[in-house]
Amino acid sequence: MSAPSTAAMNGHWGRWAGYGAILAAALIVPLVFPAFQTQMAFLWLMIVFALTWDVMGGQMGYNSFGNILFLGVGMYVCAVVQVGLHVDVAAYNASMGASALDLTMGQYLTGLGLGLAAGAVAAVACAVVLGAGVLLLLIAVIVIAVAVGLCNWLGLPPVLGVAAGLGAAVFMALRVPALRAHGLLSLRGHYFAIGTLGLGIAAGEVASGWQFIGAGSGMVTPLYPGELGGREQFFNAAAFVLAVATFFALRRLYAGRFGLAVNAIRDDEQKAEAMGLPTTRYKTVAWSVAAVFMGIAGGLVGNIVGFIDPRDVAFAGATYGVWMVLMAILGGKGTIWGPVLGAAVFHITQELFWTYLLGWQRVALGLLIVLIVVFFPQGLLGWVRARWPERFGHRVDSRAAEEAEG
Amino acid sequence: MLDNIQILIDAPPLLVQVLLDGLLVGAIFALAAYGMALVWGVMNVINLTQGDFVILGGFITVSVAQAGLNPFLGLPVAAVLLFGLGWLLYRSVVYRVVDKDLFISLLATFGLSILLQQLMNQGFGADVQSVRSGLGTWFALGGLVTITQVKVVAFATALVIGALLVWFMKRTRMGQAIRATAQNARAARILGIDTDRVYAVTFALNAAICGAAGALVVMTWIVHPYLGITYTVRAFMIVVVAGLGNLAAVIAAALGLGAAENMAGFILGAEFQLAFVYGLLVVILVWRSWRLARERKVLR
Amino acid sequence: MSALLDVRAVGKAFGGVVANRGISVQVEEGEIVGLIGPNGSGKTTLFNSIVGHHPIDEGEIYFDNGRIDKLGVPEIARLGLLRTFQQTRIYGGMTCVQNMLISAPQQGLGVAAMLAPHTRAEEERAGELLDFVGLYEKRHLIAGDLSFGQQKLLEFSMALMNGPRLLLLDEPTAGINPTLINGLMDRLQRANAEFGITLLVIEHNMRVIMNLAQRIYCLAHGELLAEGAPSEIREDRRVIDAYLGAT
Repeated sequence: MSAPSTAAMNGHWGRWAGYGAILAAALIVPLVFPAFQTQMAFLWLMIVFALTWDVMGGQMGYNSFGNILFLGVGMYVCAVVQVGLHVDVAAYNASMGASALDLTMGQYLTGLGLGLAAGAVAAVACAVVLGAGVLLLLIAVIVIAVAVGLCNWLGLPPVLGVAAGLGAAVFMALRVPALRAHGLLSLRGHYFAIGTLGLGIAAGEVASGWQFIGAGSGMVTPLYPGELGGREQFFNAAAFVLAVATFFALRRLYAGRFGLAVNAIRDDEQKAEAMGLPTTRYKTVAWSVAAVFMGIAGGLVGNIVGFIDPRDVAFAGATYGVWMVLMAILGGKGTIWGPVLGAAVFHITQELFWTYLLGWQRVALGLLIVLIVVFFPQGLLGWVRARWPERFGHRVDSRAAEEAEG
Repeated sequence: MLDNIQILIDAPPLLVQVLLDGLLVGAIFALAAYGMALVWGVMNVINLTQGDFVILGGFITVSVAQAGLNPFLGLPVAAVLLFGLGWLLYRSVVYRVVDKDLFISLLATFGLSILLQQLMNQGFGADVQSVRSGLGTWFALGGLVTITQVKVVAFATALVIGALLVWFMKRTRMGQAIRATAQNARAARILGIDTDRVYAVTFALNAAICGAAGALVVMTWIVHPYLGITYTVRAFMIVVVAGLGNLAAVIAAALGLGAAENMAGFILGAEFQLAFVYGLLVVILVWRSWRLARERKVLR
Repeated sequence: MSALLDVRAVGKAFGGVVANRGISVQVEEGEIVGLIGPNGSGKTTLFNSIVGHHPIDEGEIYFDNGRIDKLGVPEIARLGLLRTFQQTRIYGGMTCVQNMLISAPQQGLGVAAMLAPHTRAEEERAGELLDFVGLYEKRHLIAGDLSFGQQKLLEFSMALMNGPRLLLLDEPTAGINPTLINGLMDRLQRANAEFGITLLVIEHNMRVIMNLAQRIYCLAHGELLAEGAPSEIREDRRVIDAYLGAT
């Protein structure tokens, strides 16, 4: 009987050691190395990226290349709310943020809070509509296009056309159940991966063509009103809180029915359906969970960077979008500590060595992906588990027990 | 947007022009798509480096032209060099992921794609490049429709390459081995076909096809290190619509995509043309899965 | 009061191939009914039609007096009509207990029910049922590491965990060690008697199905060939011919 309790102890020790290391890093680094606050903030954000990617990619087996969408949506919505509370957004962007906002701390914090909340809501809305309602969305868009054209021609206000389109979508949703739950989440395997890849790039293309949010020249976020250096400290703390919230929320979710359901979908989705699991709902909730935290992270990234470029910051598929997949796989996908570990290792390596690569960073990134995927697909945690299985608890104990029996 | 539709309705020659340009460029898409279908069908790998092969073929042609040679010479040069690169990539990376699960191979080729893209960025610079073919322009419909001769040549060349491929697959021993492997790799292995070699040739051949397509792209259009992914997505879309191993359908879908895309670029504005391509990808995939869900296959 | 499962003149074709034609099957509450027929006679297609895996071309299917032939797989499953697969399907990456827990019926479709933790009662029930099929010792093993026969037992106990009213079993004894077959038959009968689960069983092993079922339907070439008690089916000339390959 001593074996399982030792394993449990090891598990506990490992976990508390992890918590301790992270808390120490969070508290000590800002005090000792105040210059590294922004890097620290990005470390927490990377952890959020990897953890939320893993909800779909690792736990549910739906490998998304498009979660960057939620980051960008959260970023833009947050910035638009922050600016829109005080001035006209279109004019602000047209002047490239030259008409800089002069906000009090109270105004700034209110705007940021509202912006982050709005960004999270918008990201979840995107997840639900794109995940389970692309066909309805398409119907709405087509009807709106035709109806607005007709209204123009007949001299009626175009609002009627928009209303007609939305009405048609709602009507179809109520009358034709087959259309209701059909979106990107009904794609399987590589179709989902490539579909979401297209989605992320499409969002970047749309954002760089849309004048209202500054099109290709981007959007400037409002200035932080506090004292010098306070900005970095504030956002580092905010990113830390977000990472901790993400971690514990996911851990709580994985421990219950949700965790088993998404694992079941990963192992055999048709079986899960045959057992009566509402798979579409679980998939939509899983994507929404990823979207909430990515949306908030987006709002923070926009404010930390200070400038939102549609392709390089918001819908940055070539950097954040790839990194989140890489970090989760590097650490070990399908575990909760794997993405955290992967993000830490990747980010620290990157901060230490990247600058020496002088423009060859992205070449190195491509090489790194190939090497990790080909030679190390189980990730750090997967490797450790294969090496020292007894550290990972009861599963192996009972296997040993079985051998003892038979 | 509505104004642009109005323009097209008022000026039919312009409509012809937009559609024609789209159709001509569609044949080039068909080459990349055929290559993708080949690799997909034979190796069960969805190759995301497809578009980067195309772009690399374009850059090679640029180099050939800069060396003072006829740009059309770039086509065979690109094809041969890309064949070698494809072989190398298969022998170094791809062979390790052929029999792994699909996401591993997808991600591995995605990594290769980033690698190639960034190497091109380092090697050829991040500028938009193009090659003058030295050919002229025809005018039709009383001078309202212009047809650049190089586009017609590219179209014809694409079709000739397609015909050569069909001949290769049907008549040569290697072609037959490739087709046998596509149908059942294990049976082919038992019958003495060296499937590893078949895979290598398939992957290299695909790269060569893409390289040739890239030579045509750079003469009719532009290349840029980061544009590869759009060709990959186009090829994927065409294959999804046309299915594996049906060249006629691939050509039809490719021409249709070219025309639709050009039309959308005109109506929505050129800055939204790529957004349209990616949006169309999502719509096509969802539509396909919806259709499949309505007529599920036998399940045991 | 009509039958628990009422399949009326169901037809299904794949392209030009007719897999089922005009098949009517009734299963009363509490029965064990067998479904036999040579390979390719359309048994699994009928199962797929009943559980909503694909739309049917003609006919109607009623379960507990409600029409189900327009519903999808999860909806039908949630009504209490469950199936197991011929190629046993379990969640290979999860432990046996986890397989059982996720098979517990879900309390409602709201987000709260989806995110809820497991109840004590569910955990106990999972243990009992694993004990019932003799897998209790292996409850913390990864299900994918079990032997084929054990996976079959696990799949069966997962179905029981869901508490269905009607369970469709697709060849429960195929590929199982002959010495274990009697034990499995005993479990099936106890599931029927003790848990009150109605069973509709596809089976090729004649000894098993003749002992297990109270009534048997025989399919051949996609059509219903014969129906009756095991003793009648055993003597039926047409059934014997169908199995021996004569037409």
